[in-house]
This record gives sequence, structure tokens and C-alpha cells, in this order.
Amino acid sequence: MTMDRRIAWWDEKRFRLDGPERAVSGPSWWAGSERRTGVDEVGIVVRDLAKRYGDFRAVDGVSFEVPSGQLVALLGPSGSGKSTILRIIAGLEVADTGEVELTGEDATNMPVQRRGVGFVFQHYALFRHMNVRQNVAFGLEVQKLPKNEIKTRVEELLELVQMRGLAERYPSQLSGGQRQRVALARALAPRPKVLLLDEPFGALDSKVRDELRTWLRRLHDEVHVTSLFVTHDQQEAFEVADQIVVLNKGKVEQMGRPQDLYERPITPFVTEFLGTVNVLKVETVLGMNVPDEAPLPLEVPGGADSSIYVRPHDLEISRHRDQRPSWVARVRRMTHLGALVRLELTLFDGTDLLVQLPSDRARELALEQGEDVHVMPKDVKVFHGEHTFVENYVI
Amino acid sequence: MAVDLARTAARAPKLRTRVHAVARRAPIPIGRRLLTAAVLSWFALMVLVPTCALLRAAFSGGTAPFFAAVASADARRAFGLTLGLAGVSTVINTVFGVAAAMVLVRHRFWGRGLVDGLVDLPFAVSPVIAGLMLVVLYGPTSWLGGRLDGLGLRVVYNWPGMILVNLFVTLPFVVREVVPVLREFGVDQEEVARTLGAGRWTTFWRVTLPSIRWGLAYGVTLTIARSLGEFGALLVVSGNVLGRTQTTTLYIHEQIESFSPNSSYAASVVLAGASFVLLIGMETLRKHLSIHEHPEN
Repeated sequence: MTMDRRIAWWDEKRFRLDGPERAVSGPSWWAGSERRTGVDEVGIVVRDLAKRYGDFRAVDGVSFEVPSGQLVALLGPSGSGKSTILRIIAGLEVADTGEVELTGEDATNMPVQRRGVGFVFQHYALFRHMNVRQNVAFGLEVQKLPKNEIKTRVEELLELVQMRGLAERYPSQLSGGQRQRVALARALAPRPKVLLLDEPFGALDSKVRDELRTWLRRLHDEVHVTSLFVTHDQQEAFEVADQIVVLNKGKVEQMGRPQDLYERPITPFVTEFLGTVNVLKVETVLGMNVPDEAPLPLEVPGGADSSIYVRPHDLEISRHRDQRPSWVARVRRMTHLGALVRLELTLFDGTDLLVQLPSDRARELALEQGEDVHVMPKDVKVFHGEHTFVENYVI
Repeated sequence: MAVDLARTAARAPKLRTRVHAVARRAPIPIGRRLLTAAVLSWFALMVLVPTCALLRAAFSGGTAPFFAAVASADARRAFGLTLGLAGVSTVINTVFGVAAAMVLVRHRFWGRGLVDGLVDLPFAVSPVIAGLMLVVLYGPTSWLGGRLDGLGLRVVYNWPGMILVNLFVTLPFVVREVVPVLREFGVDQEEVARTLGAGRWTTFWRVTLPSIRWGLAYGVTLTIARSLGEFGALLVVSGNVLGRTQTTTLYIHEQIESFSPNSSYAASVVLAGASFVLLIGMETLRKHLSIHEHPEN
């Protein structure tokens, strides 16, 4: 029974991202890209991609689609193969097997320069011997566009990335954020079919990174070029992307909208990667205090092989037992984090438990370190072994 | 030596500024003053005094004999030959040097370490030995030399041999200067250029070459300087045929041997002057053009 459910997930959700919600259209000057991308529903298709480096499987049978006009994140820890996939799509790396399609056209064996991709590197890779304007113009010049056309287009892009006043500067005279904006303008200038960004904010300090994220999201809402960006930062993926493809060890773990991934992860990896989570043993859960009138609604197949995942904010704290299943736990440490309070608790069997409470709730409870409280889980995910998603219990 | 000094200074401009700033704030310690004085004296003793001595000797009879010596037919021919030799060697070694640097930095192949080491061989081997190698290989009595002679191509005691030996002697300069620059340059910018629609050739001309141009220019300068000054290898290979295979250095040598030192002084001044102008020109160009290219981090 559980297997069926998993296969259903697999088919419907795992290898398909939802189609575009909004019409693919941008400002009038962007008209060139509509001609290319507007026709097809799908911007990027990747099929059974595999790449080995010696014995190491960097990419191991990856398939996914990026709907036209969307901004999709490839999210995974380092070594998960995300950058390699991006480079294969760009043509900078050759896959051992598998296919790449760009806007409906087979691009598997197409040389880089004919793919029409815009690529943004983590370290900008601006041409150091050219000023901002020359950098942006480069892609247009090598495609031998008429001079006046290049001029107008460059001006448009400088305007778009707010770099008009600094057009004569050289890369060494710009800040990190400015450099990355120039890199983006340069990539967008030849109206690419797709935009690929490799950890675009990775080299920036956190404040600039936040600003640039918001800015990129707004830019994308204006331009609507099909975009795929690589990141290891789930916060970044959540903030910027329409949809997320989660990668681990060269394989796709799950894909979908950020909210869906967070609420309904289908593997333990995704659950752990997308946010802090308590991992509990089956015995811990079975050892709960269960009132007779409300038996524990959990059925745990596989016994000891299963693990139970509870997010810190899915745990409720009370001073009194009520009609719900609960544990008794001792407060070991309390940390105030502004709007939230983080509690570190120890359960009866020594298991550590992390709980997040809204500050006002914590104030209401007036908790003290070392005292015993009742903990009630609200939302519990059960996984069997390393992969099988069993059930999501809302208690 | 002068070249090395200039380059070290060029690569550490920040350091130099910092030293100045410190010096302005605090009184200079006596030890540092002494060291500075010692270095300057040493430099004067080793470089300036000999240069002045040569200049004095060259102009001891005034400017008229100097110009007469420089304008003599043999001297002019020697200058021309040196220039031509330097030109041809530099062009060939520039092309080869860039290609070799690309291969050494970018490609992984069996025997790469060996090739990497062999590039420096001309530095280690005395030029006389380099010349001798060619004589043994291409000399009229050798198998290969005999065959080529039969075809009417004389290598040794002729200009092809001189070019070959000059190429050998100057081979490492461009490679050694370009390799570190190319390594630092990486491949990101080239990859970006490719995604923007540039082919390999366009990428090379518009992105790679401009990025390595200072390293390359240094390599080229050193190659020219070395070509202008090469003596030992050419002495062995050229046969020193007056007016035909006699380069400037060989001419200077011959004039001393034949007791007309004034001609050799004059030619020496011209040759040294050419090298000096070459270095000054490089320095000036670099200062004017490289300001924008090196980010602070």
C-alpha cells in the first residue's frame, strides 16, 4: 500500500514541475526572447543525464523539466552534482549519457556558442580588460549585430541592472554586487533562450546577497527568461525560486514548489535538508503517554528501521497534560531569537528535542530551565529506511 | 638583473606604497638606511659604473668618430642581421610559447612533467653547448647535414642555423612568463565568452590574448633582449662570416680581436641602448595600461 503511494508521488510530482502560471511576456524591449521561448511550454528538458569522473558518479540519471519563463533552483549540498548539471546544460561539460533540450530543440551535441544560453558564474568572470559597457556588448558584438542596435541594447541592459552611471568603469573598480549585476546584464544581452546561474550570490556578503536575491526575483518577474540557478542554500532557493529541484549524490530527490517540498518531503534527505528537524526513534514515539480515549494514530511499519521526523515548530509545549499523546521532557536550555524562542529539551529516554515557540507563547508559559513540561507533536513524518516515505500524520 | 628588479617592483606595487606610508610616519631606523645605502651602492658599482665606463670609452674622441663607426658598412650589416634574427626568433617563439603555455596549463597528458622541465633546459645549458648540438646535428659531416647540403640547404654556418640556435636559446622566456598568467586567468572568462556566442578563435583573440598580454609582453621583451645579446651559441653556429653571418655581438667581438676597439665600443653602446629602450618602453606601457586590470582582492 505504501509502495503505491510512493509511485504515485514519483510519477506526478517527482519528475515534473508545474507549468507556467503567468503568461510569458515581458516589457516590449524583451520582445526578442518571446519569439524563441514563448512557443514552447518547456524551457529546459534534461533526460537521464549521467556523468562520471573516474569512479565518482557526479550525475547519476537525472531528469527534469523547467517550464518556460520560470525561475527554478537546483538545490543540493556540495558534491550533489548540481553545478555539473548546469554546465552540461550550457554545453561546457559533456554528459556521458542523456539528453538536453532547450526550448524544444535537441541541444545534446550542440556546441556551446550555438546554444543560446546565458551563464552567470559565482565569481562573475567579467572580462577584466573591458569596461562595463564593453562587457555587456561582447555577446552582441561576437554575433555581429549592427552597431546602432548593439548600442541601444547595451543601454537598455545597463538601465535594467542600474549600472548606467558606472558604464565606463572596469571590473576591478566595482563592488561584488555591482560585478554580479554586470555579469547578469552581459548574460542577458544576446537574449538567451535560457539563463543559467551557478551559485550567483555565493561570493557576496550576506547583506548584499539578500538585496541581490530580491532584486533578481523582481528582475525575473520583469523579464521572464527561463532561468535555472544552482544553490546550496535552501533559504535562497525558497526566497527566489518558483520551483525547486532537490539533488543529492547526483540524483533528484524531489522537485516541486518550495511550500510543497517543505510540507510534504518524500525522503528523509529532503526533510533534513530543507530545515531543522528532530529525528526520533520508533521506541521514543511508542513510549509516549497516550490517553485511552485518543490512541496513538501512528502505524510504524518496519519497526526499528523507521524514523520519525518532527520539525521544531510542529511541537507544542504545555504545563498540563491534555487529551493528546505527549511526552514529558525537561527544559535544558532556552535561547531567545527575537520573535522565536528555541528550547532544547531532553525526553524520558535521553533523546534531545529541539522546539521553537513564538516568543509570546514562551512568555505565557513562563518556562524555567530544569523544569519538566509536556510536549505534544502536531505534525509527524514517518520514513522507512533511507527512501520510503510512509505517512504524514497530523495529530 | 635589472630586468628582475624591475619585475619584482612591478608585481608588488601595493607593497611599495605601504613602505612609503610607513616611512613617512616614523623616522627611518638607522639599519634600514644602511641597507638602502648598501643596495644602492652595490647597484651603482655593478651596473652604473661599467655602463658609464663604456659610454666614456665610446665617446672619448667626440661624437663624430662614434657615428662614423656606427655608420660603417660592416656595422650596419651586423645591426641588420641582429634585428632580423631577433625579429624572426621572437615571432616564432611567441607563437610557440603561447601554444606551449596553453598546453602545459590546460592539458593533462602523459609526460607533461617531463616537457615542463625540458622547457627550462635552454636556461641550464650553456649557449656554446647549444650551438655545438646544432653543429653536430646539421654540420656538413653529419648524416642530416649532408643530406640537407645535397638539397642545397646549408644550415650550419648560415642563417637557418643561427635562427635555430637563437630559437633554442630564447625558447623558455615566453612560455615561462605566460604560464603563471594563464594559470591565474583560469577558464571562467573563456567559458563565458563561449556561452555568449564566441567561437574558440574569437574567444582566444578577444578574451584570452588580451588577458595574458602583459605576461606575453614581458616574455617577448626578454626574448628580444636575449636575441640581441646572444653571442656564444651564434659564435659556434655562424662561422662568423663577415657581412653574411656576423651579428652585432660577433662584430663587437671581432673588432676587439682585430685591434679596433672604437668600432666595438660604438656598436656596444648601440646594442645596450636598444635593450635599455626596450625595457623602459615596457615599463611605461605597463604602468599606463594595466591600472584597470588588477582587482584589489
